[in-house]
Amino acid sequence: MTECPICGAEIEKAADTVVGELLECADCGTELEVTSLDPFKVEEAPQEEEDWGE
Amino acid sequence: MKVGFLHSLIRKDEKLLLEEFSKRKNVELIMIDDRKLKFDLKHDQFNFDVVIERSINHSRALHALRLYESAGIKCVNSFHVASVCGDKLLTSAALQDNNIPQPDIKIAFTETSALEAIEEMGYPVVLKPAVGSWGRLLSKINDRDAAESILEHKTVLGTYHHSIFYIQKYVEKKESRDIRSFVVGNTCIAAIYRGSDHWITNTAKGAIATKCEVTEEIANLSVAAAKAVGGGIVAIDLFEAEDSELMVNEVNYTMEFKNSITTTGVNIPEHVVNHVLQVGGGN
Repeated sequence: MTECPICGAEIEKAADTVVGELLECADCGTELEVTSLDPFKVEEAPQEEEDWGE
Repeated sequence: MKVGFLHSLIRKDEKLLLEEFSKRKNVELIMIDDRKLKFDLKHDQFNFDVVIERSINHSRALHALRLYESAGIKCVNSFHVASVCGDKLLTSAALQDNNIPQPDIKIAFTETSALEAIEEMGYPVVLKPAVGSWGRLLSKINDRDAAESILEHKTVLGTYHHSIFYIQKYVEKKESRDIRSFVVGNTCIAAIYRGSDHWITNTAKGAIATKCEVTEEIANLSVAAAKAVGGGIVAIDLFEAEDSELMVNEVNYTMEFKNSITTTGVNIPEHVVNHVLQVGGGN
């Protein structure tokens, strides 16, 4: 478990969580990126860039 | 088989693919975060048989694919497919080369010539950045005043990419929807309708997905469009005009499908993984 860097809410790690995965904070809705599994860490996800897409 | 999984952020689509790969025997996944990549052109040797490209950044995907292919690695999709699909101008040219129906397109390189092209085409038109996705920065231009204003803004405020003016005749869509079809290899495996009250029908912009039966016409046009851009795994956006004529709007090479599995009842990641392993195995 870790904290949302924006609102401090608890963020839980699931059994299949992977590094780089996008999560959404259930409290504030911020999009977070998993940066480490052990220890479990998240950061605010990068902002959308011009060439993002399909 | 060793599969390189080229990615940046891991979204639901990538998670579904990872889950599907994990079910396969004798497959080792090697995760490649494009933010950590460093290439050494004289010395690179890669320890995998095939790369599946799932980067969210077009520019990183494009250049990484080029370098992997230079090193002899098979890629899904290929650099060629990424380069054609990543640029609407190149996509339209490939479709035209292969006589695939598409809306009227005009290209211009200056503000003045773009305005002339728009006036010749007749309003409304849609101005699109040649590189871009998710319905961003699309402009529906209904009259000359709007055309002059948007062209000036793009010229003054945009990067040089925005001065390659890609002008598409606006198509009034039947029942305010378009069709997104999914092609894997030589098969159209599924399709959805994307309906919206807004003229932009990307699901990223809030359009609602519903199941679309894959008719022979949809399948044939989708597969033909996929072949025109080089094949592989692509999602085709089809316009269904008021007179029911189908035409190809865009072709996407890092297709998103997470909301289309339940809607269509088709296990899209299973098809994708099968294809990647086929390519990796030399088939």
